[in-house]
Amino acid sequence: MEISELVYDRPDLGKFRVHRSSMVMPEIYDLEKQRIFDTCWLYLGHESEIPNAGDYVRRVVAERALFFARNRDGELVVFHNTCPHRGALICRTDHGNAQVFQCFYHAWSFNTSGELIGMPDIDGYGPDFDRAEMSLRSPRFDSYKGFIFVCFSDETGSLVDYLAGAAEYLDLVADQSPAGMKVIPGSNRYTIKANWKLLAENSIDGYHALPTHQTYFDYMANEVGGNVPAINNRHGFGRALGNGHGVMENDAIYGRPIAMWHPYFGEESRPEIQRIKDDLIALHGQDKALRMCEKSRNMVIFPNLVINDIMAVTIRVFQPTGPDSMDVTAWEMAPADEAGSMLRRRLDSFLTFLGPGGFATPDDTEALESCQQGFRSGGVEWSDLSRGFHRDPRGNDELQMRSFWRRWQSLVADLPHVERYERGLALGETPEVLPSPELSVAADN
Amino acid sequence: MTTQTAPIPPAVSGLPATAESLLVQHEVEQLLYLEARLLDDWNLDEWLTLYTEDARYVVPTTDLPEGDPASDLVFIDDDYNRMAARIIRLKSRHAHREYPWSRTRRFISNVMVTAMAGNEIEATASVAVWRFRAGESSPYVGRYDVRLRRVDGTLRLCYKRAILDLEELSDHGALSIIF
Repeated sequence: MEISELVYDRPDLGKFRVHRSSMVMPEIYDLEKQRIFDTCWLYLGHESEIPNAGDYVRRVVAERALFFARNRDGELVVFHNTCPHRGALICRTDHGNAQVFQCFYHAWSFNTSGELIGMPDIDGYGPDFDRAEMSLRSPRFDSYKGFIFVCFSDETGSLVDYLAGAAEYLDLVADQSPAGMKVIPGSNRYTIKANWKLLAENSIDGYHALPTHQTYFDYMANEVGGNVPAINNRHGFGRALGNGHGVMENDAIYGRPIAMWHPYFGEESRPEIQRIKDDLIALHGQDKALRMCEKSRNMVIFPNLVINDIMAVTIRVFQPTGPDSMDVTAWEMAPADEAGSMLRRRLDSFLTFLGPGGFATPDDTEALESCQQGFRSGGVEWSDLSRGFHRDPRGNDELQMRSFWRRWQSLVADLPHVERYERGLALGETPEVLPSPELSVAADN
Repeated sequence: MTTQTAPIPPAVSGLPATAESLLVQHEVEQLLYLEARLLDDWNLDEWLTLYTEDARYVVPTTDLPEGDPASDLVFIDDDYNRMAARIIRLKSRHAHREYPWSRTRRFISNVMVTAMAGNEIEATASVAVWRFRAGESSPYVGRYDVRLRRVDGTLRLCYKRAILDLEELSDHGALSIIF
């Protein structure tokens, strides 16, 4: 099997298949590290995590220890987390605030811009000692509306070019509040013993929602005395966003803190949620505001970032640690100035579905690990992703997954990439926006 | 010269050993052991009867053990209704992470009654829950902070905050059991 043949993409036959060796082989994983994780823009963190000068956060991205900080001048800085002297980690706590970054090993000190400002017994170094050369090193980094990315290649284009159509979808999150959006304290950190691409697929897979997450829908229906919503009949679509990014955008079938009322939120919250919607319509116009308020979006930014704007807004990033394991971290976002009952409602809404203790996420973890074990069974060489290939892509079709895999194929096989939008919206096209049906206890089956 | 000894904060001092506090200690231990036993036996309906109807069950995230469900992301923030819903889910065949159910064994130790006021008691305990399923065998380790209330002569739990010592759910992938 040639590397270039791992994705079988035949629109003429309505067939799209992925060879399962891509999910299990260490050789493929090594290629992914070089050709995907060393070349793509990768999510690092959010600027709201470091509001003040001296704030820092450490994180591992593609197996590399990094940390990001706000320097004394209030600028974002990102560093490789290693002392230029002999290698020890500079930043050894997950987050904090510092005037100076000091390596504990030989006590070399760096200011918040990474410049070497001191070390013990400096006389031991000769006149040619170059402090600048021994300062902290930065990878390429950039931020889009607060979302910070790094790139370990100089040859990749700019972040905004890389994001392509995904930038507009980040806007739909970032613009939800004039105060800006922030990451809420507390994160979900867990390991899934499955190939990382399974979580990319799962995060934009509308088809699995009803069978896998039946207990969630039953719970919501029981909670408010209604029926399981007509998830398979809701209006929505999948689309490719360029460079392997993909999204499914659907009528919301659960409440959205911004801003779609659901009986679960309680009658008393109705006027406030309506007010948020009215304000956003005044600020952004009907179409954009209705998308923000009444549509849910599950997006993958290639290769390993998920922004799900569903019953809550979550950032989910997964770091592969081998062909059959990944470390997942997920956060929740809220308007920077949200507090009190609105924030409480949002936090509660997240927990109904999301997170390791939620009513749905554990079953995704189970599904992915189950697939990984299934791959080892043999007998079946290919996985199928052809759903909706023959029609205008609906929200629970698989166009958005195919766009991920096409990009994956061109990168791992080092082939030129050709954007394909199938029968979906192309880059820059705007979807027709109709109000979503009101959510009520009498939602039909 | 006198040595000054700072008073030990009441939260960790336990109570003086009186006949009453020994009985309370025994009662609290027995209730926590019973809870562990019912959960290990997957006798979830019976488990819920140990709680008052205004109960709250909270599990903070591993990176923010002091997390407050009103302002921070936590793993679990259940009122009595959602505890009941969690049971319905776990008893169905569709909680896939727990179908079939894992085998668990809970070890409760270091039980300390830290406060008594009116009909309420506060206590802390160390806990390790070993969970075995699908080749996985690693413990959830942490601490319980509980509040108990005597209702019609019977001691019940009205609050449980189960704080994980784990840095992340690295071996577990989820918190699919009641911790």
